[in-house]
Amino acid sequence: MNKTINQKAWFFVIPVFILVAFNAVVPLMTVVNYAFQDTFGNNVFMWEGTRWFKQILKSERFHAALGRQFLFTGIILLIQIPLGIAIALSMPKKGIGVPICLVLMSMPLLIPWNVVGAMWNIFALPEIGFLGHSLNDLGFDYNFTQQIGDAWFTTILMDVWHWTSLVVLLSYAGLQSIQPAYYQAAEIDGASKWAIFRYIELPKMKKVLTIAILLRFMDSFMIYTEPFVLTGGGPGNATAFLSIDLVKMALGQFDLGPAAAMSLIYFFIVLLVCWVFYNLMMRNEEQK
Amino acid sequence: MSLELKNIEKKVGLNTHIYTTNLKLEKNTINILLGSTLAGKTTLMQIMAGLDKPTSGEIWFNDKNVTGMKVQKRNVSMVYQQFINYPNFTIYDNIASPLKITGIKDNEIKERVGKVAELLKLSGMLNKKPNELSGGQQQRTALARALVKDSDLILLDEPLANLDFKLREELREELPKLFENRECIVVYATTEPSDALLIGGKTATLMEGKIIQYGNTIEVYNKPKNLTSASVFSDPPINISDIKKNGSTFSLLNEDVKWETSNINLKDGSYKVGIRPHNITTYKEGKNSVEIKGKILISELSGSESLIHFTNSNSNWVSLSNGTHQMNVGQEAKLYMNVDEFMYFDQNNNLINYV
Repeated sequence: MNKTINQKAWFFVIPVFILVAFNAVVPLMTVVNYAFQDTFGNNVFMWEGTRWFKQILKSERFHAALGRQFLFTGIILLIQIPLGIAIALSMPKKGIGVPICLVLMSMPLLIPWNVVGAMWNIFALPEIGFLGHSLNDLGFDYNFTQQIGDAWFTTILMDVWHWTSLVVLLSYAGLQSIQPAYYQAAEIDGASKWAIFRYIELPKMKKVLTIAILLRFMDSFMIYTEPFVLTGGGPGNATAFLSIDLVKMALGQFDLGPAAAMSLIYFFIVLLVCWVFYNLMMRNEEQK
Repeated sequence: MSLELKNIEKKVGLNTHIYTTNLKLEKNTINILLGSTLAGKTTLMQIMAGLDKPTSGEIWFNDKNVTGMKVQKRNVSMVYQQFINYPNFTIYDNIASPLKITGIKDNEIKERVGKVAELLKLSGMLNKKPNELSGGQQQRTALARALVKDSDLILLDEPLANLDFKLREELREELPKLFENRECIVVYATTEPSDALLIGGKTATLMEGKIIQYGNTIEVYNKPKNLTSASVFSDPPINISDIKKNGSTFSLLNEDVKWETSNINLKDGSYKVGIRPHNITTYKEGKNSVEIKGKILISELSGSESLIHFTNSNSNWVSLSNGTHQMNVGQEAKLYMNVDEFMYFDQNNNLINYV
């Protein structure tokens, strides 16, 4: 069989190229453009090479924001993944309870992010908020607008409230796909509840959990709206995560060059962590 | 050793899954539960194992009442239609898992796993994980897990249903050998009459939550108690037709087909006849054969057999002949029925015994 060569097929790909160019490549290249140049406006640019990158990588402000970001993401992953699995395990497997639980679980996911931030802001205000006021009545000196610990506590609580459901729903889907015969076989063997979890449920959930961890890592690593509305990055810079710091630099101080360089570094960190994590999980899969 | 179900009944809500059932299984027997899907095979097995409780009735094992006793204390093993193994254990650990929980010494575990693995041709793959193996090997692993501990009761719930044809044949032939010289009761659920015939032992035919007949497999096949038992134990489906008897002459209702049989002592009247598909053939077979004309509906050739569906006087018939006989759909054809193999039933669908 001879292959017919027909270059006309390329025409059909052009619309996609244009679309991708406008929604991804062009904005990204603008950022790349800014990252290597300096400008004083009027479309006058000067070549700066890797100066902004060196500056950002050496800057203590960036290190601090990156540290806060990893700490935040680490904490919420450590809370949300086990908590999500635990909730999924304790959800009913059949009956009227299933739709009720599923709807209740998806509620937080349906609320717009800025609304979540505003909601928690009001909820946690020390004078009038239910949470803030109650905590103070109970004798805790709680004020998330002034105390660093309280600000972190509230931000983490908010994120756990907003996003644990996602882990629950994914884990629940993974659990539901396990055939009842597995549980029966384990019962016949006399396996303990822990053994069933460790050797049947966890391995069977591995793929959805990989997805859950990746999604939660990316989302929490790029978190902006909720802490911006809740704490505005404060008190001081205590909850200024990478994206909040980035916006301050780009739009507050109008340091477009360093901000662009920081965006690219930010982007590569997310990409790198996801790539490494995914490959680790999938390599284990292949070894099996 | 024996397992006895006494007046077992199982209801879920308003639905009755198992109607009052009495069954006694003796030691060193392979017992086949034969019935279509939803006949209650799995429910019955789960009650036998203690995975499910009967709504009423008792289960006795070795003359002890074990109703409600937990499955862990019952020393049973079960193999399922799906290949159930621990996904991230090696084959060795999978097979050893029922032993490890009981606290048997490592040396003994190793020896026993080695033996069972050899029996099931798994010796070369003990270090692999289940999803590296073929379906047949995964099911062998599940079988090995069931065999490695000396269970009193081994339950096989359609273990071959998810395997492809060749593997099924292969494993089906090995199965009876695996249970030879074993002090246990084996229960094997299947939808395939051919499984029952090949494995032998004893068979219980099930239909809609009722055990229709229980006895030696060959007897159940040759002397089905009634039409229900005969249809459960026939694949392709058995042909059933109303007949009339007048003197020594039998005939189909339209008097199209007539045959003489003198050795049945019955009053003249209406009866039913059951004819297994392989007793209607495109060629004459047996001493007494009778011709039946029909219009071909479907003609399927499968390897060495021909399955032909045809109509005769508004009823559909199925015939199974050896060899390949190509027939055209719509064609009028002559087929032959082996009169000596007919089974006669009375108006209540019960088998009429005759010599």
